Amino acid sequence: MSEKFNIDHMAKLARLRLTDSEKARLGRQMETIIEYIDHLDQLDTSAVEPTSHAIPLENVFREDEKKQNFPDCDPLSLAPAQKNRHYEVPQII
Amino acid sequence: MHRSTLIQAREGLRKKQFSALELTEAVYQRIDAVEDKVKAFVHLTKESALEQARDADKKISAGVDAPLLGIPLALKDLICTKGTRTTCSSRYLDQFIAPYDATVTERLKAAGAVIIGKTNMDEFAMGSSNENSWHHPTFNPWALDRVPGGSSGGSAAAVGAHECIASLGSDTGGSIRQPASFCGVTGLKPTYGRVSRFGLVAFASSLDQIGPMTKTAEDAALLMNVIGGKDPLDSTSAENPLPDFSEALKGEVKGLKLGIPKEYFTSGIDPEVEQAVRGAIKTLESLGMETVEVSLPHTGYAVATYYILACAEASTNLSRYDGVRYGHRSEKSDNLLDMYLNTRSEGFGEEVKRRIILGTFVLSSGYYDAYYLKGQKTRTLIKQDFEDAYKKCDLIVAPTCPAPAFKLGEKLDDPLQMYLADIYTISANLAGIPALSIPCGFTADNLPIGLQLMGKHFDEATLLKVGHHFQQNTDFHRKFPAL
Repeated sequence: MSEKFNIDHMAKLARLRLTDSEKARLGRQMETIIEYIDHLDQLDTSAVEPTSHAIPLENVFREDEKKQNFPDCDPLSLAPAQKNRHYEVPQII
Repeated sequence: MHRSTLIQAREGLRKKQFSALELTEAVYQRIDAVEDKVKAFVHLTKESALEQARDADKKISAGVDAPLLGIPLALKDLICTKGTRTTCSSRYLDQFIAPYDATVTERLKAAGAVIIGKTNMDEFAMGSSNENSWHHPTFNPWALDRVPGGSSGGSAAAVGAHECIASLGSDTGGSIRQPASFCGVTGLKPTYGRVSRFGLVAFASSLDQIGPMTKTAEDAALLMNVIGGKDPLDSTSAENPLPDFSEALKGEVKGLKLGIPKEYFTSGIDPEVEQAVRGAIKTLESLGMETVEVSLPHTGYAVATYYILACAEASTNLSRYDGVRYGHRSEKSDNLLDMYLNTRSEGFGEEVKRRIILGTFVLSSGYYDAYYLKGQKTRTLIKQDFEDAYKKCDLIVAPTCPAPAFKLGEKLDDPLQMYLADIYTISANLAGIPALSIPCGFTADNLPIGLQLMGKHFDEATLLKVGHHFQQNTDFHRKFPAL
């Protein structure tokens, strides 16, 4: 199992910075959890269709009209940093 | 006054035995008396609540009638409430003020409810004990050294300790029913799609459902009448017509067939829980219902299936928390990538990180088929189990949890053991069916035990009706914790 699970790689994909002790603890716990979920291998599902939603749903369409959905709200006011009516972030490269 | 059920409170208000303001003040007095011990709330909105109560009194005097006029309710802190904090019990959202009301909040307000505060939960609804809250743990009103369950532990404890008349929680794998069972209250997870998820902070979007947590099934029926039904703002909310759940309680229960799933009564079950649930089944039989044994053969695979799918969905849903548009942002970052990494690592607690990592793994290149797709296929098998069982019965009766409330700290270092505590509740979410937990007994240590009723898609009415008839003939739901 430990061959397939690499905590550094997963943390990188998930955009998480983990301390060494977090890596050790989470890595150990993941081994136990993945070993447990591996028991699904006992089931032959080759002829089974996957389910992504329990209830059949149809796509919902509407006219593409301009609307003021949240008239009292300025979404930018929630931003941790903004400048000239734009979201402000640290240097990208 | 604070001990009233929703129906009793409504009667009291209509007959002018007390005003909405008096009722709301009585609830806050109860909070002042016991909240230090229980810690069910993360914030109270007393000023606006008293204003809403005064407004309700004016309406009552003017002869206005609305289903929840003047009733003090509490909301789990992942349901958006305009202008007040909605923190999800996470550091990341600690200062987040929702710019709009969730659809359920809007519907409650339109029905005249008084929103008294927001209740504690496991961070982002991930947990079974409320110990994963960034704010503080919540304590079980029946035994303060025990957990209230989770993730809607605050909503359950607030109802159990009579710090509100009723509350709303949310249920992704048992998060309404398990704490309802632990705190001796009634909790309904509706059919997937029955209640709008607009304004509910997302954990696992194909499983999440908002539902009532109340003192009786009758109260839950009334709340469902208000919060249920199609919402154009949630494309996964169902078109199915909403029955009058309160009216449906009056129906006949004689002749209903109860399925007893043998897989739910195996060696893992606590003997006191089994005894109480078997006793409850006898009570239901004495009311004229018949029992039939059914099999849900893939029950043993539900926890693994759930943790693959729920974590996969969580890892994608929580990728939105990047420190750019709202919520926490780390102060100590030199560039954008650093800002993402520091913000997320500071903002999320350990259980959230654990689930994001697991979800990332099952979706990652090379493992998608082996885990995520496999989980979707085993979900089909679990759903088919229920379809087969419902050919033989009208509803399924089982324990809500294998054991009563555990002690704080008991499972904290062993996430897998914590996950396995959800074994009886998870399947209903995977299959999308409704399920109700009602009190059905107490252990020798006076800890509540929950009975779970699982129904066919969109048949909450039968669950509430059976729950109501059970409660008309038992008094487990009328007991009060000593506190």
